[in-house]
Amino acid sequence: MTSDRPAGAGDRRRLALITVVTVALVTLPLVGSSYLVSVATLALYLAYVGQAWNVMMGFAGQLSLGHSLYVGLGAYVAAGIFVHFGVGPWAGLWLAVAICSAVGAFIGLLAFRLRISGVQLSLLTVAFAELARIGFDHLDWFGGPGGLFLRVGDRNHIDLLGFRGPPAMYYYAMLALAAGALGVCALLLRRRPGYYWRAIREDEVAAQALGIDTFRWKMLAVVLSSAMTAIAGVFFAFYNNSLFPEQIFGFGRSIEIILGPVIGGLGTLFGPIVGAVALVLLGDGTTEILAKAGVDLPGARQVVHGLVLLLVTIYLPNGLWPPLARALGFQPRRL
Amino acid sequence: MPLLEVEEVSKAFRGLRAVAGASFSVEGQSITALIGPNGAGKTTLFNLVAGVYRPDRGDIRLRGRSIAGLPAHRVCAAGVGRTFQLVKPFAGLSVLDNAIVGALNGERTVSGARARAVAVLERLGLSGKAEVAASHLTLADRRRLEVARALATRPSLLLLDEMMAGLRPTEIDELVGVLRNVQREEGVTILLTEHVMRAVMALADQIVVLHHGEVIARGEPAAIVRNPAVLDCYLGEDATAGEPGA
Repeated sequence: MTSDRPAGAGDRRRLALITVVTVALVTLPLVGSSYLVSVATLALYLAYVGQAWNVMMGFAGQLSLGHSLYVGLGAYVAAGIFVHFGVGPWAGLWLAVAICSAVGAFIGLLAFRLRISGVQLSLLTVAFAELARIGFDHLDWFGGPGGLFLRVGDRNHIDLLGFRGPPAMYYYAMLALAAGALGVCALLLRRRPGYYWRAIREDEVAAQALGIDTFRWKMLAVVLSSAMTAIAGVFFAFYNNSLFPEQIFGFGRSIEIILGPVIGGLGTLFGPIVGAVALVLLGDGTTEILAKAGVDLPGARQVVHGLVLLLVTIYLPNGLWPPLARALGFQPRRL
Repeated sequence: MPLLEVEEVSKAFRGLRAVAGASFSVEGQSITALIGPNGAGKTTLFNLVAGVYRPDRGDIRLRGRSIAGLPAHRVCAAGVGRTFQLVKPFAGLSVLDNAIVGALNGERTVSGARARAVAVLERLGLSGKAEVAASHLTLADRRRLEVARALATRPSLLLLDEMMAGLRPTEIDELVGVLRNVQREEGVTILLTEHVMRAVMALADQIVVLHHGEVIARGEPAAIVRNPAVLDCYLGEDATAGEPGA
């Protein structure tokens, strides 16, 4: 093992890298333009939801293609009680997490009790997201298809309780969430849940024979994943200030969530982060360059995302992170 | 009291009787082999004990407590570890992590499970491959990993399903030695199904012969190979020649 090895040049380089990345992330809003801050916030947001989705698919092997359901539900719940009752986001957060966990538990119960898995499970998750998309079009309390709008606050005044403030505040909130999710996942992977989830992912029958109550552990993965995603939804509502069912529950949104972890490395800790950063850099980079060149190509970002996915699938089937980790001198731990 | 008691157990699939009123018992600290021609009901009986199926009739008791019809994970928790003939390694995980998953059944912490896993891999001769991905193992080593993982759960009864199938004679002899050692050192009781008679004769203290879902003979290996009914239905002339049965 490496733990009792004396610190060498490789360790110092890794430590230096971690320090540089941390300092860069923390100081980014102080030195970067507002455009850079908004792009970085988007990357962190995608890294966070990707991490949440990765718990269910990357760790436990249960494919959800309908994670926009939890983003949308979380967003609408917190926004709804804020718009109608003036209940702030911190209280709304708990309600959103509770409701999304319950919905996740319901879908999990349905799927796992009826022994639905694989493609059928992913179709079931798509169906629920679509149900929500169509359903919220008919819920006038949530604004229906015309959208639900949150009053925009004073952008120059930081109001932590109301979660209102300048873009940098949202950036730091997202940074904290992404870091927190990374920490939680790192901890879980090293403990019993991580071992049990990966065993279930690899072979469920063998896992059962080793004493694992697979139903219970799959339920834990689904509920944790949906609860984490709900928090992203609440953030989205107060960051974006407008919600439309078509936009938030759309199938494209679910795909956007899974692209990061798939490109970065399924089931790895840093894959969702690396994937999200790569997607945002390449996607927004391309649109920026095109805009500077005076070319207006709607959908260029999606084309770039598609190309990246294609190339990664062909040339780096394990994602960007495992080879990158080796290049940076990190132990390529098998997950 | 015997460690395992199988009492008048029956199981039918859509009217087809796979196991019909089978009874036998397994004494603690012993090795029992379940043999019989293809389709005799060995695998079904095995899966009934392991909790894959629920018996239609009869009872299965471990140390006097019924385990019949319990789900597989509760059967494991009760003290039964099993291997699969078609090996099911956690392919993407290292050999050590495979064993840790099993060890977590009896250990409260991951570090405790790791210690148990390391000891079990040592016992099975897999220590040198602990960090290798399970998908990179040979079939013989995958079979060993199956045993290691099951043994890591600290079972009192270890069920081994056709461990020798597809192995070369030298690999069979090595595995026979390893299994004898496992039984003695770990104090575990073993129930195995096996076609390779050479392995059965080398390992078993008791043989149970199954035919058409019924137990037609049981006893010590020396007596079984001279039993006319067994010779007639299964073993034939080359009983001890070392080749897979008819």
